[in-house]
Amino acid sequence: MAKKKKIVIAVTALNAIDSPGPGVAVIRAIRECTDFDVRIIGLSYEALEPGIYMHDLVDKTYQIPYPSAGTDSLLGRLIHIHEIEKMDLIIPNFDAELFNFIKLRDKLKAMGISTFLPDLDQFEARDKVKLYDFGKKHGLLVPADKVIFEAKDLEKVAEKIKYPMVVKGKFHDAIIANTLEQAQKAFYKIQAKWGLPIILQEFINGTEINIAALGDGEGNTISVVPMRKLYITDKGKAWAGITLDDSSYIELAKKFIKATKWRGGCELEVMQTADGKSYIMEVNPRFPAWIYLTAAAGQNQPASLVKMALGEKLKPFSEYEVGKIFVRYAWDLITNITEFQKISGTGEL
Amino acid sequence: MKLKKNIATSEEGFIFNPGTGDSFSANPIGTDIISLLKDNKSAETIVEIICAKYDVDQSQFVKDLDDFESQLKDYGISD
Repeated sequence: MAKKKKIVIAVTALNAIDSPGPGVAVIRAIRECTDFDVRIIGLSYEALEPGIYMHDLVDKTYQIPYPSAGTDSLLGRLIHIHEIEKMDLIIPNFDAELFNFIKLRDKLKAMGISTFLPDLDQFEARDKVKLYDFGKKHGLLVPADKVIFEAKDLEKVAEKIKYPMVVKGKFHDAIIANTLEQAQKAFYKIQAKWGLPIILQEFINGTEINIAALGDGEGNTISVVPMRKLYITDKGKAWAGITLDDSSYIELAKKFIKATKWRGGCELEVMQTADGKSYIMEVNPRFPAWIYLTAAAGQNQPASLVKMALGEKLKPFSEYEVGKIFVRYAWDLITNITEFQKISGTGEL
Repeated sequence: MKLKKNIATSEEGFIFNPGTGDSFSANPIGTDIISLLKDNKSAETIVEIICAKYDVDQSQFVKDLDDFESQLKDYGISD
């Protein structure tokens, strides 16, 4: 039997914490695919990201500069890592870092490193700040919203959007406000954490559905798996979820991917109202933290992304297992001070 | 009344709606009713079968069945 080629894949978002990054789930799904052998390089920002210490999943970890340091700084670090590791592919999984990686896409390609990311205009079209206009253009239901930079604008916007409204940060966090006082409090709280602008969004009452989807960049949807959260944390993150059988969610994801010609993984956060309307609340431009469920249900999205990134043409999946459940759990991983010292001091482990 | 096509049920009374992810547990009488609905039995037949199997007042059961069916509809289990 011919030996499988070893593919070197770098993955970010190893923070498998209570509000987890998708990295560890992405790696788990990739490792489960028997079509290739992989060496996994973790790219971390902080020394206590749990994935750094999961040596059965991550072969070697390198710290990389924070996104705010810019593309030059990131590129310099990646060149160094590439000299050692000869990376075939990088899969970034954080919203805040994607801009830099998309900007560096061509330079990485010239170095022999593939990515499978949306173009900058695709990436920006689904930005929270522009989502309403995007929905309008493509016939997708998106709640009305208004982007503001000052708290004094809250009162004026509330005349149009009405209470309750959702006060959202550019990257994360959403707080439901029923009064002007609550909206002001939410504005300052989110501003302090995520900066400006703040998005004020119409409140839609319904059932939240999450859809993990994978596009090939030519308008084709390779995989879609809808999931409903069965248990959520105080931060609104899924702690348990179940795959659903509803063709309307599949069609919605296909419509989004066709409209954007989305390349790579994404997550549609949808609110299904009692009268059956599906509002797109947000589009996350990367795999969600629960992405391993797609592999468990029969559509291994991370492994499919790897194949497409390396030039393989894939046929869309047509089936997945309905009623597949994930239940997340916390586990105290034990490591030694020497490991912590190494990643903290040298930026490598 | 008809159960939605994709509703999954078990002999133990577990009901799963794959469209919404909702799941429910029914007691033994509820489980029997669900099973009869799955077999497309009419309300009259269900009343007949349940009243023959359990020690239950027929007029009371007719009311309870009506209530149970409206619950199934509210939960999106039946059309």
